[in-house]
Amino acid sequence: MTSDDDLLRDSCELLFADLATRDAIEAAEGGVWPETMWQAVEEAGLARPQLPESKAGAGGSWNDAHTVLFAAGRHALPLPLAETMIGAWLLARAGLDVPAGPLALAAVREGERPRATQNHGVWRLDGIARGVSWGDLAPHCVAVAQGESAMMMLVARDQATLSRESNLAGEPRDTLEWQGATVLAAAPLQGEDAFMLGALARAAQMAGAVDRALELSVRYVLERRQFGRPLAAFQAMQQALAVLAGHAAAAAMAAKMAFRAMDRGDASFEIAAAKIVCGEAAGAAANLAHQAHGAMGFTREYPLQYSTRRLWSWRAEFGADSHWAAWLGRRVAARGADALWSDLTSRD
Amino acid sequence: MSGTILRFELCELPVEARALREEVRAFLRAELGADPAQRSRYSWFGFDPGFSRKVGARGWIGMTWPREYGGGERSALERWVVQEEMLAACAPVLSHWVADRQYGPLLLRFGSEAQRRSFLPRMARGEVCFAIGMSEPDAGSDLASVRTRANRVAGGYELHGTKVWTSGAHIADFVMTLARTDTTLEGKHAGLSQLIVDLRAPGVSVRPIPDISGVQHFNEVHFDGCFVPEQNLVGREGDGWKQVTSELAYERSGPDRYLSATRLLQEFVRHTGSEPAEHTAATIGRLVARKSVLRNLSLSVASMLQDGRDPALEAALVKDVGTHYEQSISERVHETLGIEPRAGTGSELERAQAWTLSNAPSFTIRGGAREVIRGIIARGLGLR
Repeated sequence: MTSDDDLLRDSCELLFADLATRDAIEAAEGGVWPETMWQAVEEAGLARPQLPESKAGAGGSWNDAHTVLFAAGRHALPLPLAETMIGAWLLARAGLDVPAGPLALAAVREGERPRATQNHGVWRLDGIARGVSWGDLAPHCVAVAQGESAMMMLVARDQATLSRESNLAGEPRDTLEWQGATVLAAAPLQGEDAFMLGALARAAQMAGAVDRALELSVRYVLERRQFGRPLAAFQAMQQALAVLAGHAAAAAMAAKMAFRAMDRGDASFEIAAAKIVCGEAAGAAANLAHQAHGAMGFTREYPLQYSTRRLWSWRAEFGADSHWAAWLGRRVAARGADALWSDLTSRD
Repeated sequence: MSGTILRFELCELPVEARALREEVRAFLRAELGADPAQRSRYSWFGFDPGFSRKVGARGWIGMTWPREYGGGERSALERWVVQEEMLAACAPVLSHWVADRQYGPLLLRFGSEAQRRSFLPRMARGEVCFAIGMSEPDAGSDLASVRTRANRVAGGYELHGTKVWTSGAHIADFVMTLARTDTTLEGKHAGLSQLIVDLRAPGVSVRPIPDISGVQHFNEVHFDGCFVPEQNLVGREGDGWKQVTSELAYERSGPDRYLSATRLLQEFVRHTGSEPAEHTAATIGRLVARKSVLRNLSLSVASMLQDGRDPALEAALVKDVGTHYEQSISERVHETLGIEPRAGTGSELERAQAWTLSNAPSFTIRGGAREVIRGIIARGLGLR
């Protein structure tokens, strides 16, 4: 890791710790758009770190995007950072203009997509997208639709009929319905790119949230006393937190690998691996961290739940670990047993 | 600065290390392809001094050691690549593995000049095989409770005691023996020393202890007043405990922690074919994903060693996560296919499953039992 990475990580840590207070998270979970928080993140150049400066980005890499999303995951930052980074990147890659402000993302998979139709050169969007991250709160949405091929479409929020819903973590996951909606920009999209980038982003966020669960657990067992000594003095507790640390290490590494692969080109293998390993870590870490905290961790008042409710939600989004495991397994099987090792090492 | 507790970094493998991988792969294809014994190897636990000498001739033992002692002065990352390739190919590396992994580095750090000149070039040529003389009948995880005594006599020591679970002692040349040189001191960590003991010296007897895998591996080594010359004391008398704990750190995080049951995964993929059912595919996907991550965790530790940092916490984490992963492979194979393990006869997969089931329990015992390793992780986290 270079000192630039350290610098970016440290500034994200400072800023997000400052912004993502209990009150701010609670307000956002209540459905209030955190405009001041967004402005602060936008001004710090953290909303589109991996986009060129000509596209309202910070001119950095996917590795930078990882640093921001990991820290955002650590702090349960209630903003559509992942969605904005992905939407903006897809637009920029297609040579389209990136609108100011946050983006919602409707990374709808094949078979469930709204329809894209073109009449006299004008694109229209019809149909329904469910579980759209931040659909109601972001002024624009990047939606994947189906025309003759997969299409990416930029639509304004006011073009949709909205039904507000949220996930277990209180994050907006809305249903959007379009009827002949005006499309601001459109471009063909490679199959499931948006879905895969969603998995990439959630992996980094999960790795961050697992890291936070470890940090909170270590702090708690050092402070909490039972039977006349700190919980940390009990071997059973030490062993459990050692296992939690293993999951945190694996998740963090898996996410880093996937973002590095994005900077190198084809990242599908690493994204699948990251969503699998981070998903498994999410389940195990939430379990171990709650056990370490006893009833306290189970309360709304104690901050562990901001991490664990997100872990449970993110694990299932953009393909659960079971989905990506089958995807990766089929890919490995198709290549055959004798290619397994050389394929793994070829991705170093 | 606050932030994450764990300091694993994603390491870039240098170009020369990637080129070296191809070179090692070609060597192994040529060497092992022609070796009829290779068919029945399901891991790297094979002993073949001839093979080790060939590996030594290529400069792939003691790669990071100074040239003046027969080393190659190459990077820890290149060494890591060579290790990975050897293990992935189930190459019979036991004859040089222990010397390369821990006793060469130990002698470089604590050994006398005469010991370095005498042992390191021979180790690097693959000509000398070391066994690990730590555990005793009453000292396993509680290693500091060793009772083997080394009494001062003219010109050296007289050794009395017994070591157990000494892998490869029946074929090795020397056993690095942790013994008590001073019994008058307070505290079990004091008064311990490390001695190089010639396994063919009078007064040393080796008795095999058959293990559940059916291959002779374990031994009991008995010292009945054997003489150890003074120049075979490694480091300072009484510093044994300090030396041994640093030695264990070298042992912990290498590719042997995630490439000991790799043949089983390969045979599993072969058996289930190019279009496996959904659940089987998912099982393969999970195992391959974890392996790809473990490789990079291990590489990260190699990089920390290369930079002269102390990765005690990270190395212990790699061992814990890696050994747990490897043990899970048999379980997943059973869960998915329910095949019966078969030694000797049976399909490749059945034999690989048999080998792995009967060897994998040792993965979380050797090099620090799981509970001890997790204690080290807990210490690294600041819990103790």
